[in-house]
Amino acid sequence: MIQKSLSIKASMPTYDEVVETVVELFKKAETELSDDVVRALKRAYEEEDNEIAKMNLEAILKNIEIAKTKKIPMCQDTGLPIVFVELGKELCLDFDLVKAIKEGVVRATKEVPLRPNAVHPITRENTGNNIGMHMPQINVDLVDGDELKITVMPKGAGSENCSALKMMLPSDVDKIKRFVVEVVKNAGGKPCPPIFVGVGIGSTFEGCAKLAKKALLRNVNDMNEFELEILNAVNGLGIGAMGLGGRITALAVLIEYGHCHTASLPIAVNIQCWANRRASAVLR
Amino acid sequence: MEISTPVSSDVVRKLRVGEIVYISGEIITARDKAHVRALEFIKSGKKLPISFNNAVIYHCGPLVQKVGKDWIVISAGPTTSARMNRATKELLNYVDSIVIVGKGGMDISEEIKGKGVYLAYTGGAGALAANAIKRVKEVHWLDLGMPEAIWVFEVEMFGPCIVAIDSYGNSLYDEVKRRVEENFRKMMESDKAD
Repeated sequence: MIQKSLSIKASMPTYDEVVETVVELFKKAETELSDDVVRALKRAYEEEDNEIAKMNLEAILKNIEIAKTKKIPMCQDTGLPIVFVELGKELCLDFDLVKAIKEGVVRATKEVPLRPNAVHPITRENTGNNIGMHMPQINVDLVDGDELKITVMPKGAGSENCSALKMMLPSDVDKIKRFVVEVVKNAGGKPCPPIFVGVGIGSTFEGCAKLAKKALLRNVNDMNEFELEILNAVNGLGIGAMGLGGRITALAVLIEYGHCHTASLPIAVNIQCWANRRASAVLR
Repeated sequence: MEISTPVSSDVVRKLRVGEIVYISGEIITARDKAHVRALEFIKSGKKLPISFNNAVIYHCGPLVQKVGKDWIVISAGPTTSARMNRATKELLNYVDSIVIVGKGGMDISEEIKGKGVYLAYTGGAGALAANAIKRVKEVHWLDLGMPEAIWVFEVEMFGPCIVAIDSYGNSLYDEVKRRVEENFRKMMESDKAD
């Protein structure tokens, strides 16, 4: 198989290409929000009638423009480097992919620049370059084809700290909505609303958390009936932008599912601030 | 309205919840570690590198870059203030008056009475905030790391900030929280009825 793909593909992504791509992706994600996220924020500004909430949304929209024009990070919490890799099965890489991604993060920290956020969990010592034990966090999926897709998602702590996971009972299916709404309620203004709510239902303990995070990569304006039902409930809470009251608390509820054990129902809610920063590139 | 630093207790007492404020003058960043160390200093009688009394304390871990000898502020929005709840309650015992700027609110409506106000700045609006920061005047305790150090900024019309907790103990967050709990309770009851 490897022989075959080698003979078909004359060129493969190189170490330097991956490093360069990671730097560029962090630059893009930190300074510019994707169209779907901007559209959702603008719609919230139009629909909001609470004066203070509207003022906050206006500040957010102004902030996005400044960051994009000046090419500077929109938020000082440039997040932790989370990287998703989709590795085509037909690819044959002759270099250390993890090392290339790490080098990309170190360079991005200097060049974008990113705030050094990675610290030792106990001593709290800052490594100064955003890499460390299991950092950057690299998630690899093997997929069909001969492409290498890299997605970066710098994730801030304000919203991450408000996330929650629960091993529910299999008979609690009708309580899923309540759990999600409750997590948002308890978060209040802390995660910088209007938020995006990533939900993972099923899989395993760690699997549902991964699904919840992955859900945040989806187009935020494409929701199904159940997602819209929960979004509606969440917005009925009245937390509003920055937790100072208002109609719009969340911009989207996005759910991913995984089959789970007949005896369990894991559910994870990953909260994302209004700055749902992500950027992708495909290397061939 | 525009307020200039140092902010007198008279001005602090005039501010009421819901009002919009812009700050000009000097603001001091402090977050988790700086609060802990400041309290250690105060309790052991050591002099702080910069006084917290009559100051504007900004809950912020800025993104700064050293260019030559100067520090340039790239992005400097507020961080979640609730993490500083405990330290702030203690700190309030040692100051006459204080203005706190942050995001997400605090659980200090009792302790802040007669002493200070809490202003909410739009969370995540780091580029907008950096626009109002004219220069870095001083930096202290850099050994705590870039986000946790104390940065002294000169600002011009820093805002809009919303008075979210005033010196009379009125809190927009407490009001919203009450309403949110009520909405949640009603929602869950009607869900059960379905």
